[in-house]
Amino acid sequence: MNSRLSIVIIALLICPLTNILRAQETSLLDEVKDSVVETQYVTAAFKSTRVIDGQSIEMLGKGSLDFRILHRFGPISGGVDNLFGLDQSYVRFGFDYAPVNDLLVGIGRSSTKKEIDGFVKFRLLQQSRGATVLPFSLVLVAGAVVNTLPFNDPTIPNYFTSRLNYFFQPLIGSKLTDAISVQLSPTFLHRNLVALSTDPNDIFALGIGGRIKITSRIAFMVEYFHPFNGLVKGVNQDPLSIGFDIETGGHVFQLHLTNASGLNERAFLTDTFNKWAKGEIQFGFNISRVFQL
Amino acid sequence: MKKVLAIVVIVMMSSSLTFAQKYFTKNGNVTFFSKAPLEDIKAVNKKAVCVIDAGTGAMEFAVLMKAFEFEKALMQEHFNENYVESDTYPKGAFKGKITNVSSVNFTTDGSYPVTIAGKMTIHGITKDVTAKGSIVVAGGKINGISEFTLLVADYDIEIPSVVKDKISKSIKITVNVWLEPKS
Repeated sequence: MNSRLSIVIIALLICPLTNILRAQETSLLDEVKDSVVETQYVTAAFKSTRVIDGQSIEMLGKGSLDFRILHRFGPISGGVDNLFGLDQSYVRFGFDYAPVNDLLVGIGRSSTKKEIDGFVKFRLLQQSRGATVLPFSLVLVAGAVVNTLPFNDPTIPNYFTSRLNYFFQPLIGSKLTDAISVQLSPTFLHRNLVALSTDPNDIFALGIGGRIKITSRIAFMVEYFHPFNGLVKGVNQDPLSIGFDIETGGHVFQLHLTNASGLNERAFLTDTFNKWAKGEIQFGFNISRVFQL
Repeated sequence: MKKVLAIVVIVMMSSSLTFAQKYFTKNGNVTFFSKAPLEDIKAVNKKAVCVIDAGTGAMEFAVLMKAFEFEKALMQEHFNENYVESDTYPKGAFKGKITNVSSVNFTTDGSYPVTIAGKMTIHGITKDVTAKGSIVVAGGKINGISEFTLLVADYDIEIPSVVKDKISKSIKITVNVWLEPKS
């Protein structure tokens, strides 16, 4: 074998080796990189389907049943005689169920005014990244609240419809970052029966809610509603609530301070009279337990 | 002498053809299973991307964490939000090698036991992993099967004390991928 030939053979032997070496530097996956980027939906903007009192843009997964216990104590300003409000309580028990992914229906009963409320919540648009970029979610809520107390004046003709109140909300919200989510909750509330002939039946309000995640399981929450019309200035107050969401497996505990004792949309929008500035702040909590059916 | 050269060239060319043969899929199955006293947690990902270089035995996997499907919607949310933090660490990946690739004949149908060693990256943490599995060659396609166990703690995934009874510290991963030759 002459030397020239051996050089050729050695060269031929080395060639594929260098190929291998080069090939190992890059990722094999680069060669099958998907040219089509899939749409990725943004999930878990909030830990719960409620910000605090109001509905959040969050839904439940298909087949989920959420048992919710809402509780508000009396005002802290009640002092030690009322154990800082703990002697009083306002409660709502409710069940929410998601028959499909973008639909949620719920029913609940509040102790105040013995109101039964029900709602239907539908996610029209879900925030997404990737192929389809949508920076926000749009969720529609429609609900009714039935007052089941005896009528105030039984001497006049009373109709069942007088017990009814309706509310509608287009919720627009966005998970801005992994930790920060915000939403706007424009709210239209219709009351079939109002106390005075001068009271408007229709009330328009705007709510704003947000959260800042502190750890993966704890988030700081804030929620504020401002009704634009129909309420008595200086008497009715805007509901403002701040609190924490704490998630432990299937439970979400929402602990908060609020000036609203109402536990449905009609109640917290029109029956909030306590003032933060006067210390008429109430401690409250929501417990959410989700079961998969 | 010219004959020898010709043979050498042919051998080189044919071997470099083998070196170039790669198999891939974008629809591989990766499941994970955790057995705990209170409830079993199971999830399946049907969109695993996998490439195997039959020549070198090099192997790579990539899975989108959000593509793991759970039976319970809430579990899926917690998996993504609280455990693997999919927004921060969207992908899980494995990069390694079939250490005994020479014992696999990619051109003859049959089942070949293999050992795979490499680096697994989950939740931003990379660990060395070794797993046993098999490669089944069937009609030009190959089926890669493997089962191994990962420790949640290895990947800096924290299990809070309140749910520690519900979640096992070790997770069984099952891989079942059908790969096609890459043209």
